[in-house]
Amino acid sequence: MTAPSPSTASSAVVHPATVHPRAQVRRAGVSSWVGLGVLALLVLVAPVAPYVLPRGTQGSLTTLFALIVMATMWNLLAGYGGMLSVGQQAYIGLGAYGLVMLSDKVGLDPFMAVPVAVVVAGLVSVPISFLAFRLAGGYFAIGTWVIAEVIKLVSEQVPVLGGGIGITFRGFSELSPGRRIAYVYWLSLAGVVVAVAVTYLLMRSRLGLGFTAVRDDTTAAASLGVDVTRSKRVVFVVAAMGSGLAGAIIAANTLRVQPDSIYSVNYAVFMIFMVIIGGIGTIEGPILGAVLFFALQQWLSDLGAWYLVILGVVAIAVTLFLPAGLWGLLSGRGRFRVFPVGYTLVPHVPPGVGTTHDG
Amino acid sequence: MNWINAVVQGILLGGLYALLASGLSLMFGVMRIVNLAHGALAVLAAYLGLLVVEHLGISPFLALVIVVPLMAGVGYVLQAGIFNRALAVGSLAPLLAAFGLSVVVAQLLQIGFTSDTQSLSTGSLGIASITITSDLAVGVLPLLIFVVGVLVIAAIQLFLNRTPLGRAMRAASDDPATVTLMGMDPKQIYALSTALAMATVGLAGMFLGMRGNIDPNYGQAMLIFAFEAVIIGGLGSLWGTLIGGIVLGVAQAIGSQVNPAYGVLVGHLVFLAILALRPTGLMQKVVTA
Repeated sequence: MTAPSPSTASSAVVHPATVHPRAQVRRAGVSSWVGLGVLALLVLVAPVAPYVLPRGTQGSLTTLFALIVMATMWNLLAGYGGMLSVGQQAYIGLGAYGLVMLSDKVGLDPFMAVPVAVVVAGLVSVPISFLAFRLAGGYFAIGTWVIAEVIKLVSEQVPVLGGGIGITFRGFSELSPGRRIAYVYWLSLAGVVVAVAVTYLLMRSRLGLGFTAVRDDTTAAASLGVDVTRSKRVVFVVAAMGSGLAGAIIAANTLRVQPDSIYSVNYAVFMIFMVIIGGIGTIEGPILGAVLFFALQQWLSDLGAWYLVILGVVAIAVTLFLPAGLWGLLSGRGRFRVFPVGYTLVPHVPPGVGTTHDG
Repeated sequence: MNWINAVVQGILLGGLYALLASGLSLMFGVMRIVNLAHGALAVLAAYLGLLVVEHLGISPFLALVIVVPLMAGVGYVLQAGIFNRALAVGSLAPLLAAFGLSVVVAQLLQIGFTSDTQSLSTGSLGIASITITSDLAVGVLPLLIFVVGVLVIAAIQLFLNRTPLGRAMRAASDDPATVTLMGMDPKQIYALSTALAMATVGLAGMFLGMRGNIDPNYGQAMLIFAFEAVIIGGLGSLWGTLIGGIVLGVAQAIGSQVNPAYGVLVGHLVFLAILALRPTGLMQKVVTA
């Protein structure tokens, strides 16, 4: 006897090639193509901003782009990798200090210094991962926080970094302010595209499938041959590099790196709120969350501390009652996806009967 | 003599860290929840103490009679209202909810009490000390706090080992489904566990306010110290947590002796060294807590 065929016994004589497919598995649906098209259009139009928008707006957009990079990377770590870190500010600081050091002290071109600073942040995260991975769940969260505190306290003791007072970024000092702001805007735009693209490609890769398996059930994934620790380490390092990129953008945008603010745990708070509210475990959610967070920050800035109270309450409510976040609500349980990471089963409908559901 | 003094002060401080950490340990032990709002709630307790002392004009020690049960109530409500629900959502949800809570509590304290540092005055007791040798003196208040901390940890351990409710908590930790079969509601047990943990947080928070200055964001550092005490001591052992708290307190005191800026950093480095060299902590797991 051969293995049972998926088709019924009565069709046993039918050659497999002539069996009409009952369903097909696909990634992208019409919505994905429309969504990606709209996004591609946005990305193509966005570089024009410095020619048409005032400097203040460009600076704000740069801040927004840094937030999107942070949220995307925190989601990669927690949403896909299952590692809830409260210590990503360590790499924000490393990216920021890295850019200033490499550009102002080593003499690299600032645009070269950014990728090098990102690589440095990634390299530092490798030994850290060995320590942090000894802890799991909530203890991992506080452990990463302690490591970030150590990096901050050590940075404050290094004279070349300006101690507790910090350091000024002079890499763009020969440029006119208008040109500098435009350059940093383009840099941050490129940063967003790279961060989202890397996350998307990672999650579509074999590695990404492994990450999802590890997140859903570590033991089951390991038993199926997924190298759990290696997958987690890759995610950890990529997320560190992404946070480093956000840090470099912040340093280039604000021109000042000061340990108390660049290593602030508030960055972790922002990342977590953006990702939870937007929708954890999707690529679209963190982008939506970052845009919302940015808008709230502008609207509620008069409220001072209240705005974090409101965000905190919203984040708790979303965690408890809407775990898929706002994107989960908007996308109708994941039927509408701009970034098709998973697969969709499309039931076969004979031509002319009706239209299929959007993938 | 300065070094001996530093070690003695570190041990006394460690007792307070251990008291703070025992609640963290208890919640993790029973529910596998790492309460990221632990520090913020301890600071909340201290501010509640400030309110009680101001409005009733009583001593902070008498205020404990109000604050500790109040915090236990807060714990019950938090578990029944937020954490039980979060546990049903998924493994990340309790962490995220607790983290959100910590931000909300700290920000509300900032709105209500400004970010100025404050403390709970204990009057003459706060400055009283016992002279042991000409350069070694032990403050009465830190000593009292240390002794109370050790007694509370011993009491929790006894409670878990010897009482029916303590047994139920350990059972709920091991197997909530079977606990249900035995006619008990794990959610109820969880709520009582968090109430007990928050009672220790109330006590620890009041002690923090009596020993030194607090501000609304002080909880962040306290969460980290409590966590370090737990990991240094070894997960699942309350006596280990006590040892962990003492090791951390001594490390910080010795670091501060070298350079006031190094105290916290040396504490962190000792924690990382233990994590690297002996990740199971100094004490092996003795009893599930």
